[in-house]
Amino acid sequence: MTDRVPPVAALATRRTTPLGGFNLTFLVIEIRRLLRNRRTVIATIVLPILLFLLFNTNKRLGALSGSGLTAATTMIGIAVYGAMLAATSGGAMVSIERAQGWSRQLRLTPLRPAAYVAIKLAVAMLLGLTSITVVYVCGAFDGVAMAAGVWLLTGALAWVASLVFAAFGLFMGYLLPSENVMQVIGPVLAVFSLLGGLFVPVSLLPSAMQAIAPYMPTYGVVSIARFPLEGGGFDPTWLLSVLAWTAVFATAATVLFRRDTRRV
Amino acid sequence: MAGDRSSPAAIELQGVHRSFGQVHAVDGVDLRLSLGEIAALLGPNGAGKTTTIDMILGLGHPDSGTVRVLGMPPAAAVSRGLVAAVLQTGGLLRDLTVRETVRLTASLYVAPRPVDEVLERAGIAGIADRLVGKCSGGEQQRLRFALALLPDPALMALDEPTSGMDVEGRRDFWSAIRRDAERGRTVLFATHYLDEADAYADRIILLRQGHVVADGTAAEVRNLSSGRSVRASLAGADQATLAGLPGVRSVEIRGDRVLIQTMDSDAVARYLLTATAARDVEIVAHNLEDAFLALTSDEQDPAA
Repeated sequence: MTDRVPPVAALATRRTTPLGGFNLTFLVIEIRRLLRNRRTVIATIVLPILLFLLFNTNKRLGALSGSGLTAATTMIGIAVYGAMLAATSGGAMVSIERAQGWSRQLRLTPLRPAAYVAIKLAVAMLLGLTSITVVYVCGAFDGVAMAAGVWLLTGALAWVASLVFAAFGLFMGYLLPSENVMQVIGPVLAVFSLLGGLFVPVSLLPSAMQAIAPYMPTYGVVSIARFPLEGGGFDPTWLLSVLAWTAVFATAATVLFRRDTRRV
Repeated sequence: MAGDRSSPAAIELQGVHRSFGQVHAVDGVDLRLSLGEIAALLGPNGAGKTTTIDMILGLGHPDSGTVRVLGMPPAAAVSRGLVAAVLQTGGLLRDLTVRETVRLTASLYVAPRPVDEVLERAGIAGIADRLVGKCSGGEQQRLRFALALLPDPALMALDEPTSGMDVEGRRDFWSAIRRDAERGRTVLFATHYLDEADAYADRIILLRQGHVVADGTAAEVRNLSSGRSVRASLAGADQATLAGLPGVRSVEIRGDRVLIQTMDSDAVARYLLTATAARDVEIVAHNLEDAFLALTSDEQDPAA
């Protein structure tokens, strides 16, 4: 039987995976998998386009004219909305993977939990970037006029700030064991969007809603994204809103994630 | 079978306990598996097989006692790809193809075996482009096996790998495992199928209620049941006296019927026929199935 036994020395020299298992192959396969999911594609790409067409048609009909609502502000709001849907659903994928037992399968590999979360965040953010790009391309074709620098800056700010939604998605993904996690999150996101001023600027909302608006996770994101376009003073509470909500969601996700990996 | 004690054991468990609430799933297990062994962890449901394997893989931690895999903590062995597993519950992503699943998992190891090689060895090269969600249970299990082959692990743990498979699926699966084990891999598999343990393991470790109740070759475990059962009709049988006869392992009384497990059936029969009013005395030899039932039965010994 001894001839079947592998040399022990050979076993001791085995190394662990660099970067805890974070790698490009993993990322590419994850993205391909996302694009295979019709619901994700609809939420990330089709829905923002439809919204854009809907709002701008309204605008042409004059329904909202004289309200200070320009095509550009609407476009930025819809881009933030798309990034929110995309980043949240990217983060919430952990829920599906937990339900299917894939997280447990991955624990049999050298993949570090932090690398897994980093992959999910990267996928969520890439998806968000796709959504913003799609909306901006629609805007360009539809004649939205902004300086080149403003296009880039508003898009980049909307994207970076949408990290808060990726954290929110992860939090929901670890909170809800459901395979239909997005159906639960959907209504929550709708409230965030309406009260946070994504579609209709906060200044046009009824006063009761205006009072609530600054506490929405969307408020800081969209205000920061519109700042290069609208100018004026930069309100530090916008930044505070984004940072605070990111911290809240990331902490909650971490707590649940620890509970999840401890339980077997 | 004990192996060379100076080299690290493939698996070493010392005084391992693990409870879930009031349930002592693993209740003091000591176990040493040498490199190159193919061992079966045999026992009925709830005997502690899955809990034991989970701890060997670092998926669960003992409440007390130590678990070492190849001389290191389980998590360290897993992160080096030294140990891999096929689990009952390990989920697969339904929206990936078979090949994508293998490629993704391969990307997590430092120097994995080639994707095509493990697909071939697991016998799923022909369905590489199929979506996992469209694969049968047996195909999914062979995919899990392919994933476990990727790091070329020194130790492969399998938890009831053929549950839910049809006869042909089981045979295909085991022939793939067997071919692989011939190359020198240490294999530990949990099963509640006696015939699987008998046919594929060099060594059988019998678990019952979180304890190791027998440990040896299939032949040795079978010998544990070399005794016989003696049955008779006897009104008002005296359990203590029967249990005190030489070689008697257990006495069960059901109404007028007594059932005695013994290593010396002649002595029991002689006693029953000469010293009692017993009628209809029967003597039956045991097989491995009986050994399994006798050693793993949840019923407490009435004489105890």
